[in-house]
Amino acid sequence: MSNLLLIIVPLAGAAVAAVWPDNRTRPWLLPVFGIAHVVLTFWLFIDPPPVAPGDWFGFDPLARAMLPVVSLLFLVCAAYGASYLRIRSERPNRVFVALLLAILGLLSAGHQARHLGLLWITTEAVTLATVPLLHFNGTPRAFEATWKYLLVGGTGIALSLLGSFCLGYASLHGGGEGNLTFAALTAQGAGLSRPWVLTAWVLLLVGYGTKMGLAPMHTWKPDAYGEAPSIVGAILAGGVTTVAFTAILRVRAVVGAAGEGPIADRTLLIIGLFSMLVAALFLLGTRDFKRMLAYSSVEHMGILSIGAALGPAGVAAALFHVWSNGLTKGALFLSAGNIRRAAGSPSMDDVRGISILTPRSAAIFVTGMFAVTALPPFAPFFSELLVLRAALASGQGVATVVFLSCLLLAFFGMTRVVFAIVDGRPSPATRSNAERFVETAGVIAPPLALLGLSLWLGLFTPQILREAWRAAVAQLFPIP
Amino acid sequence: MSNGTWMIGHPDLNLLIGLAMGLNLLALGSSRLPSMIRSMSVQGMLLGLMPLLLEAGNLDWRIFLVALATIVGKGFVIPGLLRRAMRAANIERDIQPFLGYVPSLLLGAAGTIAAVALARALPLLPEHSGSLLVPGAIASVLTGFILMIGRVRAISQVCGYLILENGIYLFGLLLIHSTPLLVESGILLDLTVGVFIIGLIVDRIQRAFDSLDTRKLNTLRE
Repeated sequence: MSNLLLIIVPLAGAAVAAVWPDNRTRPWLLPVFGIAHVVLTFWLFIDPPPVAPGDWFGFDPLARAMLPVVSLLFLVCAAYGASYLRIRSERPNRVFVALLLAILGLLSAGHQARHLGLLWITTEAVTLATVPLLHFNGTPRAFEATWKYLLVGGTGIALSLLGSFCLGYASLHGGGEGNLTFAALTAQGAGLSRPWVLTAWVLLLVGYGTKMGLAPMHTWKPDAYGEAPSIVGAILAGGVTTVAFTAILRVRAVVGAAGEGPIADRTLLIIGLFSMLVAALFLLGTRDFKRMLAYSSVEHMGILSIGAALGPAGVAAALFHVWSNGLTKGALFLSAGNIRRAAGSPSMDDVRGISILTPRSAAIFVTGMFAVTALPPFAPFFSELLVLRAALASGQGVATVVFLSCLLLAFFGMTRVVFAIVDGRPSPATRSNAERFVETAGVIAPPLALLGLSLWLGLFTPQILREAWRAAVAQLFPIP
Repeated sequence: MSNGTWMIGHPDLNLLIGLAMGLNLLALGSSRLPSMIRSMSVQGMLLGLMPLLLEAGNLDWRIFLVALATIVGKGFVIPGLLRRAMRAANIERDIQPFLGYVPSLLLGAAGTIAAVALARALPLLPEHSGSLLVPGAIASVLTGFILMIGRVRAISQVCGYLILENGIYLFGLLLIHSTPLLVESGILLDLTVGVFIIGLIVDRIQRAFDSLDTRKLNTLRE
């Protein structure tokens, strides 16, 4: 039952935040409950509780391989959030703080959900809880982004519910009881009705793929990441998308048990490569450095999808990539937030000379950009190398070529934007705006910590983590 | 499913689903928002009656609860919220949709026929084979998509989304015996909160842009 504390503690924090009277001290609830969550997560990580097959929630190997990185990312973002909300003390933050903590609780529930219906409810609840965070800035552009997020995300989530029902009917039609726990569905295996399993797979992949931001269902992402506060973008990119990926991995295991694994893998590979290609092309065209991060996220979701398509070795690499992408992207989002505040605009047409105005944020941003485009010795280099190795080992020659070309194109696209804003001499308008922004330790230490974690993960991947990923793979690909 | 107390291919049920499918076409063909909201609200009430028909043999409190929540939520609360938003925005019709009323009606009719054909291609349990549940579900999902893509007003798009949800609800009725109450209530709760938030957003868009024309929502693009 100790695993339920991971859900209950942040939700209790949300309740406390909702009744906390003081606008100035309320943001400190974020790091307080963030620390509690990290301590709990890593305690359970080292000493995993037993999971019964019929449990609706469980800290099973897959949750163990994914949830700690979400918890870490949240804690660092929470520390940043406390400073960020102090800068923006003119705005009420009751809803913002309460919902961020609620999202942490719901993410913990989503990663641990072992029941298709519960997984759906938590994902839907996360979607709804992020809505007010997206339009925190209250600008018309932010409302536009929120509207698209609701419409596209709502449709995706509706299709994944339809897919869940189809999987339930696959069980009923195959003589089962329509039990929607993943354990029961996997146990029924080849007894599931094939046409319904395939229908369910398509709908669930499109549905949860929309939440992940796989192309062509990614259209909400650039707008949402471009307009939302950076801390929200970091949690969306490193936390919310991973729940959708967990969902896809769990459903993929059911489809595999039903004997349709090869078809599922082929669709994952194609949609992954397509996402990388779309992202790379848009990265070559975008002029906004926050939207750039969104396209980079689409690219990395594509890498996850490709990894998931490549059997046990690929899935292990994808789990590694969840960690390396989450930590590195977090550093990029938070430093981009500093730059955005100092520069007063997110567009490379208006912003120049950031290395002069905010030298520390600029240094983190540039390093983070190199890290996320897979420069050694940061973690993404090693995880992408493992995906590449899995692709070569399974004889995916064409896919390997496309994969490498997209990485190269994305590198060109990102360096183009990043150096345009970092180099040069700042305009007088930017300079006077930047004078009001001070690079305090509160807004520099968090992204620096994430960058350090990414470096550490690349250089010294702990053995216990590798074993956690291996255990998750063993859970998803049981030996018959 | 050995108990013979219920028959999902019930003729009364098929009558209700047929009516719901007709309401889809009515929503597609209506240019006035109030009649579109009315179609959606009547459809929601019909949907709420269906579990009662399905379970006529063994009615218990949980079926009553689901039916009541559906009728109140889909039939009154949600349409009420939309009517309020419509009055606040002072609009009655959807101006110049991306997809005209006649083309969307034709598309909807073609979609309904395709839904029936598609439902035949999928294997069904013997007790479901005479039922319109699957074709009705697919047709409603398609109708929802057409409205969401083809219309300009935010309120029409929300109506489309709700009709899409109604289609999924129809499909869910196939699983009424195996989906536990927790899941059902969770789904209903999410829906209600979702529409509440959509209502708020509609209100904010109205204030920020001084209109509910989603064509004005086009500053963000590459």
